[in-house]
Amino acid sequence: MAATKKTNSQLVLDGIFLENPIFRLALSMCPAVGLTTSIKNGLLLGTAVLFVQVFSSCTIAAIKNFIHPRIRIPTYTLTIATWVTVIDLVLAAYVPDAYKQVGLFVKLIVAFAIITMRLEMFACKNTVSASFWDGIGMGVGFMFGMVTIGFVRELLGSGMLLGYDVLGFKPLLFFVLPAAGFFCVGIMMAMFNYVEVVYNRRKESNS
Amino acid sequence: MNALIKRSAFRPVWLILALLVLLAGCEKIDNPFIKKGGFKDTRSIMIEFAGAPDASWVSDPANFKVFEKNNPDVLLPVKQVDVGPDKKTVFLKFGEDLDLKLAHTVSMASIPSEGKDMGASFLDVKKSYFGYLFSILIGAMLINNYVFTKYLGLCVFIGTSRKKSTAVGMGVTFTIVIVISAMISWFLYQFVLKPYRLDFLQVVTFIGLVSLTVQAVDTILRKVNPALFKAFGVYLVLVIANCVIIAVPLTLASAEYNAFESFMLALGAGGGFLLALFLMASSRERLELANVPPTYRGLPIAFVATGLFALAFMGFSGMAIF
Repeated sequence: MAATKKTNSQLVLDGIFLENPIFRLALSMCPAVGLTTSIKNGLLLGTAVLFVQVFSSCTIAAIKNFIHPRIRIPTYTLTIATWVTVIDLVLAAYVPDAYKQVGLFVKLIVAFAIITMRLEMFACKNTVSASFWDGIGMGVGFMFGMVTIGFVRELLGSGMLLGYDVLGFKPLLFFVLPAAGFFCVGIMMAMFNYVEVVYNRRKESNS
Repeated sequence: MNALIKRSAFRPVWLILALLVLLAGCEKIDNPFIKKGGFKDTRSIMIEFAGAPDASWVSDPANFKVFEKNNPDVLLPVKQVDVGPDKKTVFLKFGEDLDLKLAHTVSMASIPSEGKDMGASFLDVKKSYFGYLFSILIGAMLINNYVFTKYLGLCVFIGTSRKKSTAVGMGVTFTIVIVISAMISWFLYQFVLKPYRLDFLQVVTFIGLVSLTVQAVDTILRKVNPALFKAFGVYLVLVIANCVIIAVPLTLASAEYNAFESFMLALGAGGGFLLALFLMASSRERLELANVPPTYRGLPIAFVATGLFALAFMGFSGMAIF
């Protein structure tokens, strides 16, 4: 077992920037495209993913010594499904209006590759506390990605932020269209790549 | 293996043809003078006669009494009657929208044609059930394509659309698994979860079922047809990471579909995924040769291309066939 040597703050920061689930790992793209017409949706689904990621990571890390390696994937799936059911019922009870918009996607968290991947790569090899911080990092990174895309689309598409009219006009109605989600994600990925290219070039010229 | 892939890829075409044959043979009309009747759009009904009825009779709206079949007391007023250029086709226009889901009856007393009386007729106008099933299939495949208009299954979609052969393999495997697992989960939901009020276990049950189906298909295929397993086995593991496979049972559960409708929806979802993968793989093979700016290479350009496809698929929205 190769336990991680990173500190807790490093684990969280890695999840947000270096291993950002949406822009760097390119996993769980479905909600990033389908649900980012507003920041609110992004925040809500981000919270749900954060919850499921943290709790499944902790559960798996706690019982990792009792899982037979051959049935580990079904175990992960069922653990995730349990926590998804919990957050699904909680959201349906406490925020019914917002839940109507994101309902299907909350149930679909169960099939998100990012959570299973983190359990397989991290939680089954590390302690509960390290897995907790890793889960926080991944969840917040996911939320960060969702909110960034939501920010761009809501501002450009409807001229609003979090439901408040900030611009007073609609600059590019195109961005509200569902199909624009693909363009938005593609262009933002390209921007991340560009930043990386520039950063590397600078490092080379300095050395 | 190529022949195998080709055959599997074109199977939906045969299914559609078979459905059309069934569609054609399911009408029953009481008067031989009337060839067929059907809805033209939400406000008109089309009737086709074998010969040309008299123009003076046809052009009077009072000669056509239209009502909903299960509600014969309420006559729907015909606003205007238009005759087609061949004099045999008649369009009844209504002032209000008709409910196309219900069967309507057009009652006509003694139709005169070239001096003869062709008798009375009660013509039932309805959408046929096969047409309804067919529209579910087309709806899931094109109008509400799971990849391009519902944005599901993107991880697998982006991951396996690099080459046409991979795309077809993944699409066919996915279609098989989704049809099997959707039918089992429909059965479980209708006969176990719903009667015992265990609805809240939906997610756990469906995801468990999907993994079981994948495992079962894997084991059976390995024994029964090793050649097929060699071609498609690698994609089986990926199926479980696809959101569509869990979205379809959830849709079936919330829409209360029956067995045939569920089958059609699952088939449409699988076929739509196959279609999307194939389209995307074809364009990505060309993109490999194109001169793409370095920061856009790989994933970003794939996403922009998918966006263009999604825009094109928006053209299907609002389409109604039957």
